[in-house]
Amino acid sequence: MEKEDILTALRTSFPEDVLETSTPLGDAAAVVKPEALAGIMAFLKAEPQAFTMLLDLTCVDHPDRLDRFEMVYHVFALEGARRLRVKASLPAAEPVIGSLAGLWKNAVWLEREAFDMFGVRFEGHPDLRRLFMYDGFEGHPLRKDYPLRGRQPRLPMRPDP
Amino acid sequence: MTTRLQAQARPESLLLNMGPSHPAMHGTIRIMLELDGERILNSEVEVGYLHRGFEKTCEHRTWFNLLIYTDRLNYVSPLINNLGYVMTVEKLLGLEVPERAQWIRVLMSELSRISDHLTCLAAMAMECGAFTAFLYKMKAREFLWDAIEQTTGARMTTSYIRIGGVRADLHPDFEAVVRRAVDETRKVVKDVRGLLDKNPIFLGRTRDIAVMTPDNALSYGWTGPCLRSTGVAYDVRRAQPYLTYDRLDFEIPVGERGDNFDRYLVRMSEMEQSLRIIEQCLKPLARTVPAPSGIAPAEAIREARRRRPDDPVRLSPNLEGSEKAVYPGIMAGDKRYVLPPKEDAYTTIEGLIAHFKHFMAGHGLRPPKGEAYFAVEGGNGELGYYIVSDGSDRPYRLHLRAPCFHIVSALEELIRGRYVADVIPTFGSMNMIGGELDR
Repeated sequence: MEKEDILTALRTSFPEDVLETSTPLGDAAAVVKPEALAGIMAFLKAEPQAFTMLLDLTCVDHPDRLDRFEMVYHVFALEGARRLRVKASLPAAEPVIGSLAGLWKNAVWLEREAFDMFGVRFEGHPDLRRLFMYDGFEGHPLRKDYPLRGRQPRLPMRPDP
Repeated sequence: MTTRLQAQARPESLLLNMGPSHPAMHGTIRIMLELDGERILNSEVEVGYLHRGFEKTCEHRTWFNLLIYTDRLNYVSPLINNLGYVMTVEKLLGLEVPERAQWIRVLMSELSRISDHLTCLAAMAMECGAFTAFLYKMKAREFLWDAIEQTTGARMTTSYIRIGGVRADLHPDFEAVVRRAVDETRKVVKDVRGLLDKNPIFLGRTRDIAVMTPDNALSYGWTGPCLRSTGVAYDVRRAQPYLTYDRLDFEIPVGERGDNFDRYLVRMSEMEQSLRIIEQCLKPLARTVPAPSGIAPAEAIREARRRRPDDPVRLSPNLEGSEKAVYPGIMAGDKRYVLPPKEDAYTTIEGLIAHFKHFMAGHGLRPPKGEAYFAVEGGNGELGYYIVSDGSDRPYRLHLRAPCFHIVSALEELIRGRYVADVIPTFGSMNMIGGELDR
């Protein structure tokens, strides 16, 4: 029941921007327009929805789709231990989405990871750099077109400071 | 290439690297510090030294095979990592696990949790100079790992919890070994409390240092003991009970101040609760395993050429505990998703085909199209897997929500304005595990 409540609230508050709601395998999930994501997340974080935690943020690459990058956010509300999955698809040519760094502090690292692994850019991110890979790494390793054993060019020797 | 810190630092301050190879940087992590004397003005945490492309690798392995990579995430509590993955796949498949297997999973999770907490606190204590406490805790961990090794066959890379159940039933002498481990751990916890709880050196380095407020902890996505040390009683085992946790009696210890010392205390109290859970698990699990009997596989095959064999096949000692007789208790009955018992694979054509179907390229386990997120309570907090299946024999996307990723992301803020010496216990109390953080 709870799950339906939050999805209904989302649909009524953002009739234009929420494209689809469902509960696959019991998880509440909503697909939203990418340009509205930051606003929707702020709405979810605020009372009475009170999704106080951004549990996870990741991306799924679908190279065969026009909207190639599917951003997946998991938010969590302590009260009632409610979970919600929010998804937004980004075009292959220009994968840009609003940053959540202003809402949740762990979004800074999570978005850096998504940028590193998929090349998705986050508008308004304070410090968008690679997280796991080094500067000078070419490509984005978790994209489907990056080979499993892809080789990287050698880095030039760093001069002594 | 200049780092952010180098670019922003004031010209008169001293820049200092801690790590990536530093005895207190568990695994490998680099903390760059901008110092004014001993005072930390700013810092930058650089992770990724242990990045091995776990998620990419999993996309190229079959559902069954990638289990071994989950052992290597949080290498101190591999069984919980196995569990998280397996339960997410079971959620995709809609698979029911037999009750005995569920109890075994709970027991194994708690053994792992204690060894995780012991390792974290041992390292933290040692880095503060308490070498005795370190040795005591390492000793207790050995008893726990003895119990784990006896049943799973490995201390760390267990791969014991399988899709549909567990690999083998408990060892016949399991109860005695677990009871011994519980007693020894209890003694150690008591001894360590005596050594550290009122120790002025330890208190001086942990009390009121790196204080985290509950709101800030939530904003950073903290879970597990670190979140509970700030006073938020969120535990996946209680909030969304999985397996048989709803039938167990245990408490969720919380802290008050959210400082290093509270993170230590919460872990200590949690170990006591886990010991309680283990003792409660022993009762429903008490059962004697039938002694291995029967004829050797080669002989059975020769026999089967002449007549339909009646005697059961004797399994190799490596397969102890996964006899056909115990299979219904430890594995789900759905033949599409679980391996047939070895006796069947050796002696019947159906069993052999089922076995082959599991491992031949292009066959194997195929969860239906869909996506699932499932979380278990790991040693560090909510350990969640997000898995997307496209209906093929390998996951389309597998993402791990690593609890210590979120915790370590708060390190820069926690050590700002403190002394260099405070980095060590603060970082130690976070229980950063490179395998899990960097994936």
